[in-house]
Amino acid sequence: MPILKIPTPLRPYAEGQSTLTLPGEIVEDVLEQAVDTYPTLKKHLFNDEGNLRPFVNLFLGEENVNQLEGLKTPLSDGDILLIIPSIAGGI
Amino acid sequence: MKIHIPSHLLDKIQTHGESTYPNEGAGLMLGKEENGIRVVESLIFLENAREEENQHNRYLITAEDMLQGEKEASRRSSSILGIFHSHPDHPNLPSEYDREFAIPWYSYLITSVYKSKPSASRCWRLEDGRESFSEESIQAI
Repeated sequence: MPILKIPTPLRPYAEGQSTLTLPGEIVEDVLEQAVDTYPTLKKHLFNDEGNLRPFVNLFLGEENVNQLEGLKTPLSDGDILLIIPSIAGGI
Repeated sequence: MKIHIPSHLLDKIQTHGESTYPNEGAGLMLGKEENGIRVVESLIFLENAREEENQHNRYLITAEDMLQGEKEASRRSSSILGIFHSHPDHPNLPSEYDREFAIPWYSYLITSVYKSKPSASRCWRLEDGRESFSEESIQAI
């Protein structure tokens, strides 16, 4: 099964775990499994419309999945998917 | 909530805000958290990745920079505790835009820079409900 790595800020919403091993054939499946298992994670990953928040980025190894097939990017057993936030702000 | 920052690092954050004025400057604070107290050990200064015409009131740290920051933190046996950024000619309070894009847990240190001179810095953390920030007291050490 693919492995989802949770960044430090989101670990409190996944019972403190840094990695989750979840079933799924594409990135979207793994995210759905993650928020089904840990519902409080959902509001930090998805907005009220159910879309991935703009600062949530997913990397398969060194590659941003946006440069692959986005949420439809296929995953294999043992693939490591990282959630990496981008940070924005201003006045 | 408390965050301890060595004085020389706080000075560097403020000098960075001065150097990027009239644009916003930003970077990462690395360190450790023990017994509920965060201690900043080092900094990573980053380029503001927003388009140049928007850098006067916006900053962006890309996911690629965050990924490198995570790796660097790991090399330093440290963690990313939070983000510092400047508010040119504005108060050191989180804006609505800051709130919209903020991530819980991280410490957000904001430095006001008025007419190119840095003034005070204050630090904030997003509440779990994402609706507001709480102030985290800064202690210079």
